[in-house]
Amino acid sequence: MTGFAKPLKIALGLAVIAGLIVVPMNFNRYGLFILSQWAVMSIAAMGLNLTLGYAGQVSLAQGAFVGIGAYAAAIMTTHGWPLPAAILVAIVLSFAVGWVLGYPALRVQHHYLAFVTLAFSTLAFLVFRNESWLTGGIYGISNIPRPHIFGIATNKPLPFYYVCLGTLAIVSLAVWWLIRSPWGRAFMALRENPLRAQSLGIDTRRYTLMAFAIGSALGGVAGALYAPLTQYIDPVPFNLSLSLDLLMMVIVGGAGFYFGPFLGAMIAVLLPEWLRFTEGYYLMLYAIAVMLLLIWSPTGILGILDRYLAERRTKAASALRAVAKSRLETAQ
Amino acid sequence: MSAVLEVTDIKKNFGGISAVDSVSFDVREGEILGLIGPNGCGKSTLFNCILGQLTPSGGEVKLDGKLVTGLRPAELNKLGVSRTFQLLQVFPKLSVRENLILAGQEHQGNMASRLVGRSDAGLTDAANQMIGFFKLDHLADEPAGGLSYGQQKLLDAAMAFMGGPRLVLLDEPAGGVNPSMLADLKERLVAINREKNATFVVIEHNMEFVMSLCSRVMVMAEGKVLAMGRPDEVRKNPAVIEAYLGH
Repeated sequence: MTGFAKPLKIALGLAVIAGLIVVPMNFNRYGLFILSQWAVMSIAAMGLNLTLGYAGQVSLAQGAFVGIGAYAAAIMTTHGWPLPAAILVAIVLSFAVGWVLGYPALRVQHHYLAFVTLAFSTLAFLVFRNESWLTGGIYGISNIPRPHIFGIATNKPLPFYYVCLGTLAIVSLAVWWLIRSPWGRAFMALRENPLRAQSLGIDTRRYTLMAFAIGSALGGVAGALYAPLTQYIDPVPFNLSLSLDLLMMVIVGGAGFYFGPFLGAMIAVLLPEWLRFTEGYYLMLYAIAVMLLLIWSPTGILGILDRYLAERRTKAASALRAVAKSRLETAQ
Repeated sequence: MSAVLEVTDIKKNFGGISAVDSVSFDVREGEILGLIGPNGCGKSTLFNCILGQLTPSGGEVKLDGKLVTGLRPAELNKLGVSRTFQLLQVFPKLSVRENLILAGQEHQGNMASRLVGRSDAGLTDAANQMIGFFKLDHLADEPAGGLSYGQQKLLDAAMAFMGGPRLVLLDEPAGGVNPSMLADLKERLVAINREKNATFVVIEHNMEFVMSLCSRVMVMAEGKVLAMGRPDEVRKNPAVIEAYLGH
């Protein structure tokens, strides 16, 4: 995204943020629900983008971490704990479990790792469903309260949307900081060439575990918002298909691009609504669109933009070279 | 002069094949040791055993008198041992400067300070100096993948020097580098060797390069040390001539 001038980028960013704050004020209950869902899924996808897109560790378990966060929040808030405390517990819990799930990644990679995480995803689902003393089993947990933030009740859709948006903003800033820090550079080194990374003193074991743990913790944050958003949870939304959905959000948006998850989540959450007029054909159209996109640009939507900008830079550079060359020739 | 690196009786077997067979040698502080031998004689395997990329089947490696056998590559690097690779191993999507910052960042502070501290780990100046030293100024902001082969080789070498290493193992630094760039590279290596008192071990097939750069040369054949000595001695050694020219 280096092709745009900086003031233009800032203006664009501010416009989007202002839009996200102002425009939904006129939305109905359902529109606000969808937009809140977008914010929540963006957080989860950002976590997966960190693990998969930046650090290159395939995970099919992000949905399970959303589940862990959601159950932690549901159980705690229905027992009278405030939501911020529940979010904290969700972060610590999914960070710890994510750290442990990272250990297989020290031994296996790529599709083998995908299978290990897939097994974990199934395990988590079985725990949600079968440990009914804790999770309510197939009946789930209902009447999950929405929080009071600084004394303001967020029961209504609009205030709760702002809770989701605010959390998304905090998470976005944290992730932005993280990927620009030496850690982010080490994650990319892990993805591109672990052998070389080791020889430069990068402790690939510790960074791999951190990539899993932090990515999973963001899944937990998303879950802790998902529970009060729907106000009722059961095991079904946290099965393998959520993990696959999140994976698709990351890939379609553009894995390893900062804005990829926002875009991917937007498509996954909003496209079904926009394509509602096609009635039963929605899933088919969506599937075809994704297939075409990935054939055309395996690096996702932002990959197209990146390619376009790179091409423009190359053209500009060769134009400059041509000018310099002709000047040299006329001077001779 | 004391020994920076002492290698004693290192062995590495792959199944029934012994790739490195009881190799012992030491590297003195500040010297440039050449390591030559026909393809497949175990030079790179020896490097990988010293650097912890492979676990040796037997033997010891000592750095400054301390046993370091079995340490992981990252741990050895923190102790001041770095390397370059035979095949290109830069990070193609990162810029030249970012590659160099990455190469030095783990030598600054700790995990926590690398998370909350400056994005460049305070290394932009050091990276720029290294870029200037290797004459890559005009390429500092280019992605490393866009550089020519020879330029990437220079970057690879520059990365090995970012952490201020005591000992650098260079695996065929001259391979595929054109003659004028090679002269440059040699000049840089000699300068770093003298100014920073860094000790080098260099694997190389380019005899002229090795013989003019190194103070001592070790010759390997079929996993064993065949000869060790000053370049002019080694060049005349009948066993070396036979190993290279065959029967």
